[in-house]
Amino acid sequence: MLNVGLIGLGKMGLSHLAIVNTHPAVKLVGICDSASYLCGILHKYTGIEVFSNYREMLDKKSLDAVIIATPSRFHGEMVREALNRGLHVFCEKPFCLDVSDGLDLAELAERKGVVNQVGYHYRFVGAFNEAKRLLDAHALGRLHHVRVEAYGPVVLRPKGATWRSKGSEGGGCLYDYACHAIDIVNYLVGRPDAVSGTVLNRIFSRDVDDEVYATMHFADGMTGMIAANWSDDSLRRMSTQVTLWGTNGRMVVDRQEVKTFIRAAAGGAVAAKEGWDIRHTTDFHSDVWYYLRGEEYSAQLDHFFQCIVEGRRENISSFDSAVQTDCVVSAMLQNAGEAWRQVDSGSRSPTLSPNGSGGFLSAVMGR
Amino acid sequence: MDRILFGDNQFFGINHMSEEKARAQAIRFADIHEITDLLDAAYDSGIHVFMCTTHDRIAEVCAHVRLHPERYSKLEFYPCMPYAHKYANAVTEHGTMEALKRFLPAEGALSALVRGSVSVARRDVEGMARLLIDAEMKMFSGLKTPVIFLQNVVTDLLLGMGIKDAFRIFADHVQDRYKAEPGFITMNMPRLLDALEQVGIENPIVCANMNKLGFRMCGGIDLYEKTIASRKFRPVAMSVLASGAIEPREAIEYVCSQKIESIVFGASSKSNILNTKRLIDEYSVA
Repeated sequence: MLNVGLIGLGKMGLSHLAIVNTHPAVKLVGICDSASYLCGILHKYTGIEVFSNYREMLDKKSLDAVIIATPSRFHGEMVREALNRGLHVFCEKPFCLDVSDGLDLAELAERKGVVNQVGYHYRFVGAFNEAKRLLDAHALGRLHHVRVEAYGPVVLRPKGATWRSKGSEGGGCLYDYACHAIDIVNYLVGRPDAVSGTVLNRIFSRDVDDEVYATMHFADGMTGMIAANWSDDSLRRMSTQVTLWGTNGRMVVDRQEVKTFIRAAAGGAVAAKEGWDIRHTTDFHSDVWYYLRGEEYSAQLDHFFQCIVEGRRENISSFDSAVQTDCVVSAMLQNAGEAWRQVDSGSRSPTLSPNGSGGFLSAVMGR
Repeated sequence: MDRILFGDNQFFGINHMSEEKARAQAIRFADIHEITDLLDAAYDSGIHVFMCTTHDRIAEVCAHVRLHPERYSKLEFYPCMPYAHKYANAVTEHGTMEALKRFLPAEGALSALVRGSVSVARRDVEGMARLLIDAEMKMFSGLKTPVIFLQNVVTDLLLGMGIKDAFRIFADHVQDRYKAEPGFITMNMPRLLDALEQVGIENPIVCANMNKLGFRMCGGIDLYEKTIASRKFRPVAMSVLASGAIEPREAIEYVCSQKIESIVFGASSKSNILNTKRLIDEYSVA
């Protein structure tokens, strides 16, 4: 049995708690959160030992692994502490707000030889894995464009008092929604080399972005577009879709479906048929020992535990890969403040943005 | 319980196979008349139970039914609570405790909880749970609700965390206050039965996926079949068509061959309602 501790009891923490607590190879020996009343209730009803200080939990309990589901700004310190104690670490996304922090931790995890994973659960969705299988087999030929979109209802009013409304704690649509979108693109086609035209707009939030748009540029000339908006309540929950165009056809994939349009017989070996083909989640889903909100949440934790049990070093969503996602986020943050070109209504000297403080955002926001 | 229950997923943009289809349905059923039309079709075909979430829009359906008591004299609602996205979104926006405050009457239980010791917490958790149930039940006032279900997201969250007492609290309140039978929706049926047994809920009504594909049946189709055959509970089969992955006749033939009490299904056309009902009737006789 693996002895596991859990830090952070927000929405993801509670979800992890339920899933981990039922895993046949795991014993959840401690949970930790700064909200003592919540801990009190959980202890009373579950009997699991609770801590208000994570170091105390790490000191007192003999752990094999730890799951960290706190706001992102705490990740760096907590992950480092756990790694230094030789623990396997599963950390929620986004990994680190500071790329250099993330790089250090990925390196440290490698040195310590421990299993390390970040909670990018789309990598464990059957439909996205089917898309990856098709792409790896070049079913679409040479890819030339990818579009990823993520919409859903998180911030719908000019209010909100949690860490999600603070950029310094890892709040905002970029850190919350766009990260998933970036990560699934990284997973499917690799990391972009550059970004341009990044737009980080506020709709309702005072301090963070509610929508994100950017262009991505890949090494082989492929381009991509990302659109994320967490103020869209036309959808009942977060919904992410990736569309890819290649010389041999097109693919549209989301959590539930893989739709392919294969142009010529060249892709026939890997795709079911030419022209449009639609396959559903029932074709790709795999059984999990416990289901809560979607197989992928259980599947990602099961993968983490299996890697530990089997001594596997490679991971589907390692610190390394999560840092690559942080790198794209960082590039977008920097790019959002850069120059833009005014649409010229016929005069001969188009103006560039002032390179003073604030740049694009402040011009738009009137700061 | 009736043999056939009409479900409401299709009305609220929930489709486990296709987001496109879900969206098309959400657009179509934005018009409440589209919902009541289908309900009428189900009702007139002899399906007299509407098993529905506590989505805000169900309040409109309830109001419609209240306005026409003769028309719907046999109609029963099986509410499924809570409408979890409402709470999940609030927790995301405001944090756990702040979200809770928003759904509870001002002051009272919560402030004592935040202030108090764990022993106080226990009593207050029960009080809070009762208040939340009452809040969800308001829209059904004056209507028949003989069975009240706990939604799977909450059932399975509590089950996973090991908070079995919550099932007892739910069952007691539903029986005491609404003279209704408690029901539990789950994606982890065999495990839930163990937990319900441990807190002394006998012969429980449990709604879970049951389909020939074994789709989202945690523990596997064999364990589900064995459980249905050997344990004492009242199974309600959902997702019998696996969102359309199984051909209707084959799907219904399979599920009717299991020892289940009721089948819940949703459909967005009158012909599908009639067809599914006809198949269930056919295989239920055999």
